[in-house]
Amino acid sequence: MTQGAPRRVDPDVDLRVPTDRSELTAHPATVLGAIAAGGVLGALARAGVQAALPHTPTGFPWSTFAVNVTGCLLIGALMAVLGRRRVGPLVRPFLGVGVLGGFTTFSAYVVDVHRALAAGAAGIAWGYLAATLAGGLLAVVAGDALATRLLGRGAGRGGRPPGSGRRRRSPKAGRDDRSPGTGRDDRSPEAGRMDREGPR
Amino acid sequence: MTVLLIALGAALGAPLRYLTDRAVQARHHSRFPWGTLTVNVVGSLLLGAVVGVPAGPAVTALVGTGFCGALTTWSTFGYETVRLARAGDRRYALANALVSVVAGLGAATLGFALARTLTG
Repeated sequence: MTQGAPRRVDPDVDLRVPTDRSELTAHPATVLGAIAAGGVLGALARAGVQAALPHTPTGFPWSTFAVNVTGCLLIGALMAVLGRRRVGPLVRPFLGVGVLGGFTTFSAYVVDVHRALAAGAAGIAWGYLAATLAGGLLAVVAGDALATRLLGRGAGRGGRPPGSGRRRRSPKAGRDDRSPGTGRDDRSPEAGRMDREGPR
Repeated sequence: MTVLLIALGAALGAPLRYLTDRAVQARHHSRFPWGTLTVNVVGSLLLGAVVGVPAGPAVTALVGTGFCGALTTWSTFGYETVRLARAGDRRYALANALVSVVAGLGAATLGFALARTLTG
């Protein structure tokens, strides 16, 4: 995440990013299928961790805590890679929306807080709520920093920084809906880069 | 069997999150992530109800672990909050964290209470 420059906010689907905006109309079944397949893998992995580390209503929900913090670390890293490397159009839907979205869970997070409160373990409830919030947000930052650093090293050893390579024509990226009236002002640099990379 | 039910629930929940997010985001121009907030609050309400009934193991696997787990997301919420903060929208970031947690917890509590009331 480069400082200052506003880029995508929503990693699932950000309608300010042209490729995000057009992907569903271009390949609805493929995109939704990739999201569903990733979601299944993520949810089963989460269920596995939760089954391996069960907790009582008054105990600290370590499994969900670990799942959510790990998922945040990975989304930070994934989005850093996607912002700097050219990857296939299904990588974000499959890994970001599907696998990581299916792996992490907000509903179990708040339900576990409610359960601990109802069981009289207020300390656990508020401690868990705060620890996940702090841990998850810090994990996003850490994942981003780690991936950015590794990508930087890769570039130093012969990899190329984004935008330095020759322009490749991608037939898929070309079916962009360039709807009139979409002000370029509100487009992020990332979106702009994607635009430039598309065929004209 | 449990694995299949979780898989089925997640296969519906994850694409529904994406479609809901798109639909909600298309209806406003703010940078505030209303789409993710919507799925997280709705999923929390539903999971609260599943726990409040309390549902059997099959329904819990299908609707709770599979569907609600995949419909809601912590990673997207976390990324959006950090993105907003780093893009200079500190107030939006703080509001997103506060509103998501308060509304999510409120929804889970409401779902739980409603299910308890309706099922006696």
